[in-house]
Amino acid sequence: MNTMTKSKKTTGFSEKVSDYILVAICAVVLFIVAYPLYYVLIASVSNPYDVYAGKTFLLPSQFTWDGYKAVFADPGILLGYWNSIKYTVVGTIFSVVILYLTAYPLSVKELPGRKALSIFFIITMYFGGGLVPTYLIVKQTGLINNMWALFLPGGVAVGNMIIVRNFFENSIPKEMIEAANIDGASKWTTFIKIVVPLSRSIMAVMVVFSMVAYWNDWFTAMIYLPGTQKAPLPLVLRNILIKSSASASQASTISGGYAELNKMTEMIKFSSIIVAALPMLIIYPFVQKYFEKGFMAGAVKG
Amino acid sequence: MSGSKSAVTSPAIMSGGKPLEKRIKDNWQLYLMLLIPVILTIIYKYVPMYGIQIAFRDYKASRGMWGSEWIGLEWFERFFTAPTCARMIKNTLLLSFYSLLWGFPIPVILALMLNQLRFQRFKRVTQTVLYAPHFISTMVICGMIRIFLSPSGGLINLIAGTSIDFLTESAAFRTIYIASGIWQDAGWGIIVYMATLASVDTSLYEAAKVDGASMFQRILHIDVPQLTSIMVLNLIMSAGSLMNVGFEKVWLLQTDLNKATSDVIAVYVYQQGIENAKYSYSTAVGLFNTVVNIILLIVVNKIAGKISEDTSFI
Repeated sequence: MNTMTKSKKTTGFSEKVSDYILVAICAVVLFIVAYPLYYVLIASVSNPYDVYAGKTFLLPSQFTWDGYKAVFADPGILLGYWNSIKYTVVGTIFSVVILYLTAYPLSVKELPGRKALSIFFIITMYFGGGLVPTYLIVKQTGLINNMWALFLPGGVAVGNMIIVRNFFENSIPKEMIEAANIDGASKWTTFIKIVVPLSRSIMAVMVVFSMVAYWNDWFTAMIYLPGTQKAPLPLVLRNILIKSSASASQASTISGGYAELNKMTEMIKFSSIIVAALPMLIIYPFVQKYFEKGFMAGAVKG
Repeated sequence: MSGSKSAVTSPAIMSGGKPLEKRIKDNWQLYLMLLIPVILTIIYKYVPMYGIQIAFRDYKASRGMWGSEWIGLEWFERFFTAPTCARMIKNTLLLSFYSLLWGFPIPVILALMLNQLRFQRFKRVTQTVLYAPHFISTMVICGMIRIFLSPSGGLINLIAGTSIDFLTESAAFRTIYIASGIWQDAGWGIIVYMATLASVDTSLYEAAKVDGASMFQRILHIDVPQLTSIMVLNLIMSAGSLMNVGFEKVWLLQTDLNKATSDVIAVYVYQQGIENAKYSYSTAVGLFNTVVNIILLIVVNKIAGKISEDTSFI
């Protein structure tokens, strides 16, 4: 990655020009990607009338925390937030454990049946029962309205499993595993004492992938967890963001009539977007340096 | 062969050093590790596959998935004669074809540019920002789209000085869907290309510079050839999912007035199956979708296999 750093001395005039052009293009791309998020952030702390009058392109207008206060005073949103945290924590632990339990045996070259087992899992990437048959089986196994309906039917995340398996094959020194074997360590001991500690970087990536998937998921919850008590945050936000309706609790707490309620609804849209998106946006940069490495290990077909 | 585990072995493995039975016994802990994943996959992946048969049955809750009456291809006939059938197939294919057409080259171009950036900190910041939208929920993205496109005070209308309600215009739907898709995922799409480019031998650039090659020439003659095989691979995978238009975004952006272009099979499968509880019919439509996908995947893989021998999907 640090390939180009030491070549400055050979830089001629035209090299510099193309460098600047490149930086300029990248800056434009950067702006296109970042500005919508920045705009929502600014709007979330501004007076909504000013937002809709076009006064908040660059800086907030009539700075206020009212939107955030309303979001955190709404019991529906708070419940959704709590549900999402619960699903994300339990789901991530479950998924990563399953991922490791699957990926390690399939990375052991001398395991009899390894290939057949790999195919057994990989087929599910390309072919599945589809929405309704899966729904009916989830129903038959009694998971409707049960939190585990979010985790169990997903089973093994095969794409991620292949990345982890290839990481085990390519990045864990064979000598260490052989040495453990000679010392008489069991396969399980080798896995826990050598493989798991040596794969922290790929584990970090997988933890973040799982967290993001569970935090952002709403479709599974919409189908398998009907009713408002168990709805995760994105599903709660659907009423606010997509259907554009104020929740009953907001309507009852806001005095000042329809105009005030309307203003509040608009403010909550912006602040709830920030509240829902921020946790994941804070977390991923911490493991970003492992992304490329992980994908490299995954892309090399072992 | 040793009893219960013989099902997972294949003759090709017999060629190892120790006898097969011994090697299976040596690895019992590994098989035990696989137990839960295998059971989960059987119950929630393979049993539903077997359950696809309700597409050929008249599913009645009282008689269950395996006991309902066989009725052959009736549900398929009903789908193909439905008034919106042709429109849904067309919308599904066009939406993903245009997504691929616009969405495929952009990550490649971005990766080629970023890879040439000499200022490491700027490069890292750019990458971080480009990844960000990928980590946001479809629900939130669609909320943002609705806010930005709002006819009264939406960002796009403010900038353009108009008051168009874009989500009621069926002519605008594909553009909205594809542009927002690129905004969200093009940045994430560069990772695999960046990782490939990171393995390019630095001395090639130095040699090219000595020979007076410009940056553009270096990209064209050193970087692009490196990316060809991974690009072909990506193209195959995408072509194999041409019928897989994501349900979530279309459903959240659909309005009664843009249905002429936003009516797609995935949404229909959900509405018929979950909302209307027409289990057999929905399964039949879903199965049709899957079969078309698999045919596309095989065809494209054959064609691409002829183009480049060393690429094939996993």
